[in-house]
Amino acid sequence: MNAEVRAIKTSAEQGLVQAYAGARGTLPGDGVVAALREDAFKRFDAGGLPHRRVEEWKYTDLRALMREAKPLAGPADRRPEAIVDITSVLSGVEPSLIAIVNGRYAPEWSDKNQSDPGVTVLELFAFAGGSPDYRLGQGPGKDDAALGLNTVFMTGGVGLRIKKNAAPAKPIHIAHVFSGKAAAAMYPRSVVVVEPGAHLTLIESFSGPDGIDYQVNSALELVIGDNAQVDHIKIGYDGNAALRVSTLGATVGAKAAYRDFVFTSGGAVVRNQTFVRFAGEGTKGAIGGVSLLKNRQHIDNTLVIEHAAANCESREQFKTVLDGQSHGVFQGKIVVEPHAQKTDAKMMTRALLLSEDAEADNKPELEIFADDVVCGHGATAGALDPGLKFYLMSRGISEKESEALLIEAFIDETIEQIAHEGIRDALKFAALKWLGTRG
Amino acid sequence: MLLEVKNLHVEVDDKKILNGLTLSVEKGQVAAIMGPNGSGKSTLAYVLAGKDNYKVTEGDVLLDGKSILAMAPDERAAKGLFLAFQYPVEVPGVATMTFLRTALNAQRKTRGEAELSTPEFMKLVRETSKHLGIDQEMLRRAVNVGFSGGEKKRNEILQMAILQPRLAVLDETDSGLDIDALKIVAEGVNRLRSPKRSMIVITHYQRLLNFIVPDVVHVLAKGRVVKSGGKELALELEAKGYAQYADEAA
Repeated sequence: MNAEVRAIKTSAEQGLVQAYAGARGTLPGDGVVAALREDAFKRFDAGGLPHRRVEEWKYTDLRALMREAKPLAGPADRRPEAIVDITSVLSGVEPSLIAIVNGRYAPEWSDKNQSDPGVTVLELFAFAGGSPDYRLGQGPGKDDAALGLNTVFMTGGVGLRIKKNAAPAKPIHIAHVFSGKAAAAMYPRSVVVVEPGAHLTLIESFSGPDGIDYQVNSALELVIGDNAQVDHIKIGYDGNAALRVSTLGATVGAKAAYRDFVFTSGGAVVRNQTFVRFAGEGTKGAIGGVSLLKNRQHIDNTLVIEHAAANCESREQFKTVLDGQSHGVFQGKIVVEPHAQKTDAKMMTRALLLSEDAEADNKPELEIFADDVVCGHGATAGALDPGLKFYLMSRGISEKESEALLIEAFIDETIEQIAHEGIRDALKFAALKWLGTRG
Repeated sequence: MLLEVKNLHVEVDDKKILNGLTLSVEKGQVAAIMGPNGSGKSTLAYVLAGKDNYKVTEGDVLLDGKSILAMAPDERAAKGLFLAFQYPVEVPGVATMTFLRTALNAQRKTRGEAELSTPEFMKLVRETSKHLGIDQEMLRRAVNVGFSGGEKKRNEILQMAILQPRLAVLDETDSGLDIDALKIVAEGVNRLRSPKRSMIVITHYQRLLNFIVPDVVHVLAKGRVVKSGGKELALELEAKGYAQYADEAA
C-alpha cells in the first residue's frame, strides 16, 4: 500500500482545489494554456499556499493570512466606482486607460481611442496564442508559488505590444478594479512586450471598495527589448479589507533603461513581488517604492533582481512609513551571476516607525558569483528624529504639521525618482492625502 | 517685564543643571548671558524654547506674567519666543522656503492673523535675505543641508527676521564664525533691535558683545546668575576670566 505524506490542507487550500475542479472546464485559453494550468495546479496541490517555513514567505505567511478562498469573481454588470476613484488620482496624467474589471479585460470601460499606431492591445489569450516571439509564464519568478496560483486560475487581462522604436504619446494605465458587492477572488494576468528601441510609461493600478475582503492574485509579465526605455509605476489603492498578491516578472534587454516604482497605501494584506532579470549588457535599472501603512495593514515588497549580463547598473530604494499596529516587510535580493562582471548594484531600504506598535522587517540579501562587481546594501529603521521635530516646532509649526513635513520629506525623496512629472505629482498628492488621514 | 525666570531648577537625565536661576528681561532690553562651559547657558535656552527631556523641578518661567512651562514649543513660538540654535539642525527634504512659509503662516494662524499670500511672502524673504547675504539658490535648498557653519547661523537670523519675535534667545550665535561672518550676523541682529523686541544673547566670549552691545550682562555659574552689571562687566570677564565665580555659585 502506498501512503502519500501530505500536509493537511487549510480551508482556503481545500476551497482552491474545489474551485479549480469546478472551473477547470470553463477557464479560458487554448491547450497550451490548459497544460500550464494543470502543471501549476499539481504544484499547488502538493505544496499548498506559501507559508512561514518557506524562506521567501517567512514574514508574509499566506497560509495563515488567507483564511478562505473566495469564489471566482463574475463579470461586472456596471461601470465600477473604483475606476472613477483611481482615474481621479491620475487626473493630471490623462493616461490611456485599459480596464481590467473583476479579473477580465473590459474593453467597454477602456479608452476607445487606443489609436496610437505603435500600440496594439489584445485580450490576453488572443495575444498569447498569436505571438510567436513570446511564451506565457517563462519569465523571471516563474517558480514562485503565488505566481503559480495565478497560472492555475488566470481569468484574463491584456497582451500589450509596443512596436519597435514606437513611443506612445500618453502613458498607458492598466487599471485593475473590483466591482462586486460581495467578496470574490480575481486572477488577472497581463503581458507587455516592449520591442527594441520603444518607449513606454506604464501605470498599473489596483483598487476596489472598502469593507469587502476581496482577493486579488495578479501577474504582469514584462518583456523589454534592447535599447528600450520603460517606466513602470504600480499603484496599490485597494479597499481596506482586500488581500492582494501581485507578481511582476520583467526581463530587460541590452542598453535599456528600466525604472520601476511601487506605491502602496491600500489593502489589508498586500504583497508586491518584483522579479527583474537584466538579461542584456549595459542596461540601467532603478527599482523603488513607497509603502504607507496604518491600522493593522500588512504590506510586503519582495524583490529579486538578477544581474545576468555584464555592465548593468541597478539602484533599489524603498521607503516604508508605518503607523498604528501595521507590519511592513521589505525583502530585497540581488543576484549577480558568474559572467555578470562590472555589475554595479546598490540597494537601500528605510523604515520610518510612527508608532510603538508598528513592526518593520527589512531583509536585504546579496548573492554574488562574479568577482569584479560593486554591490552594496543598507537598511535602517527608526522613529522621527526628535531633534528635527523640536527645531520645526520651535518655529511655531505644530507637532502634527512638523511630523507631516518630515514624513513628506522622507517619502518625497523616493517619489522624486519617478521620471513622469504628472505621476510624480499624483503620488505626492496621494501621500499627502494619506498624511491627512493620520489620527 | 517681558520675561521673568524665577528660581528655576532644571534636571537633564537626573543631573541638576540649573540651580535656582532667577533673571528678568525688560521689554526692548538686550541682555547678555555669559558663563563658563557647563554653567547652564544652553540649558536655559532650551528650557525657554520648550525642549523635551528638560525637567523643571522647581520655579517658573513667565512671559507677559504668564507661565509658559506647560506650553509646547510651537505655542511659545506663536507667543513671540524665538531660539537661534547654537547648532542648527539639517532638515533633509524640506526646502528652506517651504519651511519659512509654513512657520510664518502657522504662527500667524495661531495668533488669528491672516496668512501671507505667496507674492507677499516672496517679497518679504527676498528683502530680508538680501541684507544677510543669503542668495535665492540657498533658499531653494533643504533647510541647513550642505550649508556652511556661517550659512547656518545666517539662516537662523533670517528666520528670526521673518518671524519677528518679541523675545529672541541667541545661543552662542558667534560660535564657529570667522570675523567677517560674525559681522554679517551681528549686523543682522542689530537691524532687529527695537523697543518692542527683547534679546537674550548667550555667549562664552566677549567678542560678540563688541558687535551686539548689550544693555545688561548676567554672569551664569553652576546653574544660577552670580553677578549682573552693565556692558563693562563683559570686559572685566574677558580680562579676569570666570575663575573668580567658581566658588560663589557653590
